[in-house]
Amino acid sequence: MSVSQKSSGLYAPQEPIFPRRVSGPFRRGKWWIMAATLAIYYLTPWIRWDRGPNLPDQAVLIDMAGKRFYFFMIEIWPHEFYFIAGLLIMAGIGLFLFTSALGRVWCGYACPQTVWTDLFILVERWVEGDRNARVRLWKAKWDARKWRLRLTKWAVWLVIAVATGGAWVFYFADAPTLLVDLMTGRAAFVAYASVGVLTATTFVFGGFMREQVCIYMCPWPRIQAAMMDEETLTVTYREHRGEPRGKKHEATTGDCIDCMACVNVCPMGIDIRDGQQLACITCALCIDACDDVMARTGKPRGLIDYCTYTDLKREEAGSKPRPAWQHIFRLRTMVYTAIWGLVGVILIVALFMRAPIEVTVAPVREPLFVTMSDGTIRNTYELRLRNKNATARDFHISLTSDSALRIALEGREVLSVEVPADQTLAQRVYVFAKPDSPAATNAQSDLRIWVEDRTSQDRAYANTVFHGRIR
Amino acid sequence: MKRKSEETNDPGTTGHVWDGIEELNNPLPRWWLWTFYLTIIWGIGYTIMYPAWPLITGATPGVLGYSSRAEVRADINAVNAANAAIDQRLVSAPLASISNDPELQRYATAGGGALYRTYCSQCHGAGAAGGPGYPNLLDDDWLWGGTLADIQATLAHGVRWEEDPDTRYSQMPAFAEILSAEEIGQVAEHVLAISGQEFDAAAEAAGKTVYADNCSGCHGDGGKGDQGQGAPNLTDVIWLYGGDREALTTSIAKPHFGIMPAWSQKLTPLQIRQLAVYVHQLGGGQ
Repeated sequence: MSVSQKSSGLYAPQEPIFPRRVSGPFRRGKWWIMAATLAIYYLTPWIRWDRGPNLPDQAVLIDMAGKRFYFFMIEIWPHEFYFIAGLLIMAGIGLFLFTSALGRVWCGYACPQTVWTDLFILVERWVEGDRNARVRLWKAKWDARKWRLRLTKWAVWLVIAVATGGAWVFYFADAPTLLVDLMTGRAAFVAYASVGVLTATTFVFGGFMREQVCIYMCPWPRIQAAMMDEETLTVTYREHRGEPRGKKHEATTGDCIDCMACVNVCPMGIDIRDGQQLACITCALCIDACDDVMARTGKPRGLIDYCTYTDLKREEAGSKPRPAWQHIFRLRTMVYTAIWGLVGVILIVALFMRAPIEVTVAPVREPLFVTMSDGTIRNTYELRLRNKNATARDFHISLTSDSALRIALEGREVLSVEVPADQTLAQRVYVFAKPDSPAATNAQSDLRIWVEDRTSQDRAYANTVFHGRIR
Repeated sequence: MKRKSEETNDPGTTGHVWDGIEELNNPLPRWWLWTFYLTIIWGIGYTIMYPAWPLITGATPGVLGYSSRAEVRADINAVNAANAAIDQRLVSAPLASISNDPELQRYATAGGGALYRTYCSQCHGAGAAGGPGYPNLLDDDWLWGGTLADIQATLAHGVRWEEDPDTRYSQMPAFAEILSAEEIGQVAEHVLAISGQEFDAAAEAAGKTVYADNCSGCHGDGGKGDQGQGAPNLTDVIWLYGGDREALTTSIAKPHFGIMPAWSQKLTPLQIRQLAVYVHQLGGGQ
């Protein structure tokens, strides 16, 4: 046990990182993923979807005020939030699956922090040049040129940040209307506040915080250690092949020529040759960079590569690694896939089993029953009638046939009530039992209340009880 | 160029070891330290701007003059202002037309429900089912009438509330001072008979005459009662003070004198209206 005297500073300053441009298959894949994810994010609110005159025509809409979530042909009511919970479970299990198979593939390719940082670095490179130019600019005095480049870069970042914050609010209101409102100053304060906050976070996280978010703020890297095992494909430096590193082509040196290409392209500013580490998001750019160098030095590719720990040990021992599919299709990932698929099937079945009309019943329990002047026993029930259709429907309310019981609706002469399109309606109903009927004299009897839309023949029922005289 | 100094790559340990696990002494990033300082500055600013430091009788008010009471007051005023139009509509609408206007009916019912729970539930019960001496407001039997107008008048002027000249008023004589105990027993048998209960036929025959002489003026020849003077219907199964032989004998000999406050002394005409609509829609309104 020894107390280190080396690190007594209160803080560690952020080391500036200037990732170099790199090209290769992983980089190309990342460009495509970036284009796809950004397009999904920015364009989704603008997709239209006709749902008739009574409902919004935005394909994806989280309508907080109306308490509805619209997703293309699917409409979720608040009491159906389990669908969202199911999707979140699927998202969680999906992350388990991908992490156990491919390590931090989410972090490296699809995480918004990674995608937007990538976009911001792209802008930075366009404005200020590649790594060496940026390092020079960073060291240069604040003259007119540096100000011009910096301000240009920040301005472009700001435009992206505003568009990012702006796109977010379009998911919560009709996008074309909200855009006009935002521009003319008529939108709600919360809309401007959301745009402002998300603009600020995008600008700061993508432009300045970058790897700090992943290393210090994000809980995900900590969780992932538990999901990765020795069969996980992850970005690995083949130390047995590369070491001892050296610039000379001597017999004693390994394949690594210590050119620092892998370090220079790393957006996290780490050295993959130190082994797996918390800061590595497995974006695979070092693989592209190293493969390029290996090609030029006439060595086989893959000094840095996707590799499992078990394969690394096999290679060190001189035996052949197993094919990648054997690492991906193993019991653990198949169990994750099975759970993921099961939840998905349950959700889909539940989605198609949803009734177009629904009724819930709450018996009024204070008092349990009312005695009318002629001795009739009356029970009262609060019905909630849900019309999930895009048009108004007449709900006819009845009891399972029992001549001794009679039903009546509060405030209505008839036994039907119109429920507006996509609405819930509360309706109090009364059920009467003749003075000496079994229902009136038994403490409790079962009751089923039916609702029926006589036009479409949609039916629903709710079970409850009828309380008779307590003797 | 090296990104990480040797120092940050090997931060050393704090010296804490447990079960072979050592605690690394990684330094905080600088921005994090700044964030920490910023929260301190924010905290100081907050205590200056908002009520914060406790004193003997209160707290420092803060330069913004914020108070949660004032905020609630402003909220209540805003709600009242927003409701002004519908309040006006409710007060001026003809009573009979309220139920034809779903918005008005809903508004009156919601407001009436809150008022009922505040002012009425103590006697009539939270579910309005009443109790001995306190009428059930859910059934179809009304002492003073069950139309919206009747309910509104009862609410506004009360029952036997002597401070209000328009109050519902009637008083049943104490027949213990008028009739003999035997006669009271006989008339009780008659009331049991007309309300469909078991009775003594001989006594009932005599009681019929006693009833005609003493009771029919208010309760009617057939015992159907008279809502104009709050005389209960004696032929149904609903009894305010009990309907068995003993309870009836007591009520005839020494009648009860139930009172209800005139709520116009305490509530506004709007509130009375809301209450009337609420009570009317509980299931017994006529």
